[in-house]
Amino acid sequence: MNVYLLCFILFLVGLYGVLTRRNVIKIIIGLSFMEFSIFLFLILIGYIEGGAAPILSKTVVTTRFVDPLPQAMVLTAIVIAMAANAMLLAIAVRLYKRYGTFDIRKINELKG
Amino acid sequence: MYAMIPLFVILPLAAAFLIPVIGRFVNGFQKVTSTTVFLFLSLLSLYFMFARDQVSYSYMIGGWEPVRGIPIAIYFTLDGLTVFMLAIINLIAFFATFYAISYIKRYTAENNFYALLCLMVGGMNGVVMTGDLFNLFVFLEIAVIASYALVAFGVEKNELEASFKYQVLGGIASMLILFGIGMIYWKTKTLNMADVSYILSNTRQDTYLLFTQVIFIAGFGLKAALIPFHAWLPDAHSSAPSPISAMLSGVLIKAVGIYVIIRLFFNMFSLSPQVSTLIIILGTVSMVLGVFLAVGQWDIKRLLAYHSISQMGYVIIGIGIGMLILSNNGSRSIAALSIAGGLFHLVNHAVFKGLLFLNAGAIEYVTGTRNLKEMGGLSNLMPVTYSTSLGASMAISGIPPFNGFFSKLIIILAAISGGFYLLASLAILVSIITLASFLKFQKFSFFGKLRDPGNNNIREVPFFMCFSMVALALLCLGLSLLIFPGIREAVLNPAVDALMNTTAYSSLILK
Repeated sequence: MNVYLLCFILFLVGLYGVLTRRNVIKIIIGLSFMEFSIFLFLILIGYIEGGAAPILSKTVVTTRFVDPLPQAMVLTAIVIAMAANAMLLAIAVRLYKRYGTFDIRKINELKG
Repeated sequence: MYAMIPLFVILPLAAAFLIPVIGRFVNGFQKVTSTTVFLFLSLLSLYFMFARDQVSYSYMIGGWEPVRGIPIAIYFTLDGLTVFMLAIINLIAFFATFYAISYIKRYTAENNFYALLCLMVGGMNGVVMTGDLFNLFVFLEIAVIASYALVAFGVEKNELEASFKYQVLGGIASMLILFGIGMIYWKTKTLNMADVSYILSNTRQDTYLLFTQVIFIAGFGLKAALIPFHAWLPDAHSSAPSPISAMLSGVLIKAVGIYVIIRLFFNMFSLSPQVSTLIIILGTVSMVLGVFLAVGQWDIKRLLAYHSISQMGYVIIGIGIGMLILSNNGSRSIAALSIAGGLFHLVNHAVFKGLLFLNAGAIEYVTGTRNLKEMGGLSNLMPVTYSTSLGASMAISGIPPFNGFFSKLIIILAAISGGFYLLASLAILVSIITLASFLKFQKFSFFGKLRDPGNNNIREVPFFMCFSMVALALLCLGLSLLIFPGIREAVLNPAVDALMNTTAYSSLILK
């Protein structure tokens, strides 16, 4: 159970970073923290104590395998998160070119 | 015929791939392809709505048959609610694309615009049809990442800032949704929504499930911009190019927000009074605060964006009242009336809010400003824009011959007969404030003195833009017919039945 709690704490650390940091790049890093904590969580729920890698072959004799589905999910989710991060960083670069700063207190022309 | 179901995803994705590749060499390819695809898909969805011989279809991707009764394929399902949503998405996408043919000429990189639009529509069609939770997440990310890029399409200061804000909040929402999916998988060891619903129906409603449901409400509430989660919506929807604003406000927040909430809570989780009450509270707060935030706006598109929040509140309370009555085993006819009102308002809002954003785009196209204080006297010079926007304004504020009146009436009637008197009176109050705010919009933009009489640029917009606006205005009138018996049975009732009969969805897949 402790591992799951640590995972959740990592998620909250990322959320804290997103909500309190002023620097655009640090906000993006905070978001990545949240993504990684979720990936870790997905991998953990597929783990079985003492399970082998889920590859069927003649040499493997055990019948105890870890759940392969969360692993497939995490691979897909990593690709999606990479696309989202690339998009965010591209916008961050454009923001820097327009405003000349990464400080979100100075990037505030719109009123929520 | 049911082999054509995957085309709803394949065609837009293929178009999104081919447009940047071929469009570079063939002039006009992007416009022809995207409009043809959307027209074909809207006709196909209308065909499924009116001419199907069977109530619902399910399609297995890759043809993986269930093993010992356990479904292992990813399913695309087509029931009443799905067909209803598909028709809205593809029709609005068709009109927005047709409008964009003239409008988007001001921007460079037209190919990218049409490719991203196709990608977004493909993602939304997937979200609406899929029967697998993780697949839903993937399609949702396709749709929203395309929309992040489209919001930033102008690459000016405001657009970039809005897109950044939208992406950070959207990223948090996506992670909450993935977290919720992980929680569901941990509990049930399956991702198929029908299978999850079957397993959850045999387990008790405990704190674990309640926590998962709250996580899902937070995630999809952020996507649907319900009020504590709404901060990104006015910026993003007002900064995007106008056809995209029409798509975002008219369709995206419904397909990836409201639709998923409805589908998950009616057909996957078992209904519970606590969650229904939470949903009603969120809807009421959105409805009331959204309209008060809208009244003070002077930027046309921000005003319309705040009204989107408020009108989504109507949809949510219509659905929420139905949920609460069903979970308390109350009268099923009142619950059906309330859900019908919510869904009816959903389609009406897609049409009139799409039209209003197209009108705002037309005004910006000729005057070059979005500030209501800097315009006026356009009614004689732009008769088509004027008359269509008058129709849409009357529809959103609930003036009788238009569709908005009937859906609000149904929701208020359902609230009164269900005993929710406070909700009913708040709904009437909000409707009156909406009327006031749209009177302001009409007065400042179309009446009064022309600001700049010597300016010859102010004239009616080109044919493509006029066509879309007139067609949507006619739809605003035509959708009123949906409440009459005969048409209602064909369109609205199958969607309501799919929700009222909460186990129908899982019995569609688990034969």
